[in-house]
Amino acid sequence: MSAAEQLQVSTELAQPLFSVRDLTRLYGLEKGCQGVSFDLYPGEVLGIVGESGSGKSTLLSLLSGRCPPDRGTVSYRDTTGNWVDLYSASEAQRRTLLRTEWGFVEQNPRDGLRMGVSAGANIGERLMAQGVRHYGELRAAGIDWLKQVEIDPLRIDDLPRTFSGGMQQRLQIARNLVSSPRLIFMDEPTGGLDVSVQARLLDLLRGLVRELDLAVVIVTHDLAVARLLADRLMVMRRSRVVEAGLTDQILDDPQHPYSQLLVSSVLQP
Amino acid sequence: MNAQAQTQYATEVGYNFAYLDEQTKRMIRRGLLKAVAVPGYQVPFGGREMPLPYGWGTGGMQLTAAILGAEDVLKVIDQGADDTTNAVSIRRFFARTAGVKTTTRTPEATVIQTRHRIPETPLNGDQIMVYQVPIPEPLRFIESSETETRTMHALEDYGVMHVKLYEDIATFGHIATSYAYPVTVDERYVMDPSPIPKFDNPKLHMSPALMLFGAGREKRLYAVPPYTQVVSLDFEDHPFEIQRWDECCALCGSQDSYLDELIVDDAGSKRFVCSDTDYCMQRRDLEEEGEQ
Repeated sequence: MSAAEQLQVSTELAQPLFSVRDLTRLYGLEKGCQGVSFDLYPGEVLGIVGESGSGKSTLLSLLSGRCPPDRGTVSYRDTTGNWVDLYSASEAQRRTLLRTEWGFVEQNPRDGLRMGVSAGANIGERLMAQGVRHYGELRAAGIDWLKQVEIDPLRIDDLPRTFSGGMQQRLQIARNLVSSPRLIFMDEPTGGLDVSVQARLLDLLRGLVRELDLAVVIVTHDLAVARLLADRLMVMRRSRVVEAGLTDQILDDPQHPYSQLLVSSVLQP
Repeated sequence: MNAQAQTQYATEVGYNFAYLDEQTKRMIRRGLLKAVAVPGYQVPFGGREMPLPYGWGTGGMQLTAAILGAEDVLKVIDQGADDTTNAVSIRRFFARTAGVKTTTRTPEATVIQTRHRIPETPLNGDQIMVYQVPIPEPLRFIESSETETRTMHALEDYGVMHVKLYEDIATFGHIATSYAYPVTVDERYVMDPSPIPKFDNPKLHMSPALMLFGAGREKRLYAVPPYTQVVSLDFEDHPFEIQRWDECCALCGSQDSYLDELIVDDAGSKRFVCSDTDYCMQRRDLEEEGEQ
């Protein structure tokens, strides 16, 4: 790598990919989320933890362009280096972002997959939306991604409903990653899976995140998931971020009383 | 031609010319103008109750009623045939309520209402085709929300259309969609060309005739103006193809028309005949003339 390239890479990594300022959406007093600000750097995994109703999912839908905020901005630095303000961009731009440079992994794979069409078509959909019109290429991409998420490529023509819950979740991940996104949102990706399947999925996710240098925002109530995947954590309670910092720091030395409660309430087998 | 003059041709008393009242026809014509101005775009219109059930061609009939003039010559086909129940009753309906001349011969007709087929005889610039459409929304099979499909049309978000074709190839090894085959009109809107066989899709492309589509239950109309590009969707390595037969028509010997398969006895022997009865008849008449 030449010096100029190295410089380019280091400036690329030194700039945030995603920047959020004073993001607020309230459905009632302390219902929703308010005053959230953070920067996310390329390749960084941000975990959002907190109890049910603390505003994690509201925050995630605000971040991913699914519901407009009352106040605040969400901006994203696209592949050309320009900053895009998510909510002042046109809907067409937002949709393009969502299916090319971004991904969204739903808690329930049935919401994120097209259940009526085969696994291969699910994986190929983003490519087709981007204008790939070559069946052979779509097929090859399908097989390649099934292998990457450890599903038997022979099942490419099977409907997702014939897959187990863990396989559906992995298929959903493949479907999102096929367009080589830079930023992925995940809403409780391991919810509803049994512990051994969870472990495999987390292992796979961790590998893919490192390998593809993905920036991830992951919402979870499971601190083990957070510890395994996240570089940084934000703890939410009653619509506010009460503590933010490095994962190990928060989990080993929580400062806020609520974080302390959260950490101490994890069952130790 | 004004309404007064038209009324005197009506053979059934008590009905306005061509059944619908003048205001309704104006409303539909306004919709049609918009549809012609934006090829392939689905224009909502206030569909009226027609004296026959949805699914029998109420959409097509409302368009026909709106564009019909007293001098027009009407042809109605159903599955390519002029003599099936639906075709006969719609033709008689307009003969009685509008008093217009009807015909079964394609070149003589000025308005052709159709279900399933475009006539084999090439159309000319003085003719209008009216299609009866069951489901106007080509994205419906994958997206059930109307708000969402409209947004997808507005943003030209048509990636999912290829998902269906992909599924066909994955399941059958070739694009098995054989009717209502989606097309892109004028490089913009994706359109469902009604349940015509894909055999007829190439006839839509750069046709000199005006094509109007009406969906009665869904209350949508859309149009392909004359000489408009109509391209069938496909994959680079699985290009669009029309149906082909090894047989030729058992009656007229045509090798390039759309053939219906008929089972003629209990032993299961079959014959293939032209689906377009008028085209078949014309060819047979020509042959007879040639023999004399």
